[in-house]
Amino acid sequence: MKRHLVLGTVVLLGLGGYASDLFAEDQEALKAFGTVQKVFQSPRCQNCHIPGDSPLQFDAGIPHAMNVVRGMDGKGAAGLPCATCHAESNPPASYGPHAPPGAPHWSLPPAAHKMAWIGLPSDKLCAMIKDRASNGDRDFAALLKHVSEDKLVLWGWNPGAGRAPVPVPHDIFVAQFKLWADAGGPCPVAQM
Amino acid sequence: MLTLNINGKDQELDVPADMPLLWVLRDVAHLTGTKFGCGMAQCGACTVHVDGAPLRSCITPATAVAHGQKILTIEGLSTDGSHPVQQAWAELDVVQCGYCQSGQIMSAAALLAKIPKPTDSDIDQALSGNICRCGTYPRIRAAVKRAAEIG
Repeated sequence: MKRHLVLGTVVLLGLGGYASDLFAEDQEALKAFGTVQKVFQSPRCQNCHIPGDSPLQFDAGIPHAMNVVRGMDGKGAAGLPCATCHAESNPPASYGPHAPPGAPHWSLPPAAHKMAWIGLPSDKLCAMIKDRASNGDRDFAALLKHVSEDKLVLWGWNPGAGRAPVPVPHDIFVAQFKLWADAGGPCPVAQM
Repeated sequence: MLTLNINGKDQELDVPADMPLLWVLRDVAHLTGTKFGCGMAQCGACTVHVDGAPLRSCITPATAVAHGQKILTIEGLSTDGSHPVQQAWAELDVVQCGYCQSGQIMSAAALLAKIPKPTDSDIDQALSGNICRCGTYPRIRAAVKRAAEIG
């Protein structure tokens, strides 16, 4: 009996230590997700991650001029694709501050998975990013590649004149995203 | 020196790489059918086609379309005004002052190439970036439908 008690105590202590380690790792990862959220919900990213079909523009997130729409593939209306005005790169500085910005495959998410995270609380944003049914079937490796290399994503750090870049340096964001993903992508608990 | 394919012909043009395509078309190639409106892709007057898709030439550096892309201006839409959109425009007497109409026609032609029988919504979405100060919008929409009939 005494032996059992000792063994039980050892097991419990061990589990407790393991749990606090897990908890610590989760805390780090959750903190990292805070950085991810800050990036995803900056105007450069969330202006096109919208629930309806009309993108937003500028730091204030006002409705995009000319009533432009998402289109089924996210590349605008068939008769007025995004590329009508948004080129492969930002316009030369000599074109002034009002010419539309540009990056490769300028677009919104497609209508089939809108990834509309504007205004979402952190727990829901976190769940959406991980949900392969809504994120274009991306696992953590594909998500990491997307945030590291996608040229339209990278535009957020080089948005041209008159637009604030994403408020977290890209390398720090990618490192924090990786930290969160490597921990299995833990999500914050819903705020009541 | 850049080589631009304009209305089916390669043209060697001595222009700066960042000169807006609209400047190249109007001032160097002397194709003045395409109009300058706002100079910042807000009005649609400068619309041309590049590889069949509409493009605002006022904010497009010449070098961006100097890699074999096929540039089509209003002058190249037809040689004799016989494109269905041009026919419909004349039939319905769409034009008032006319300044925006080159852009309107190019946007309409690009739409019909993608959607041969457009709905009102298709037309509104495609042409919402082409501004008409005279307010000829009802006739524009009717003429796009007429052009679809002419085919």
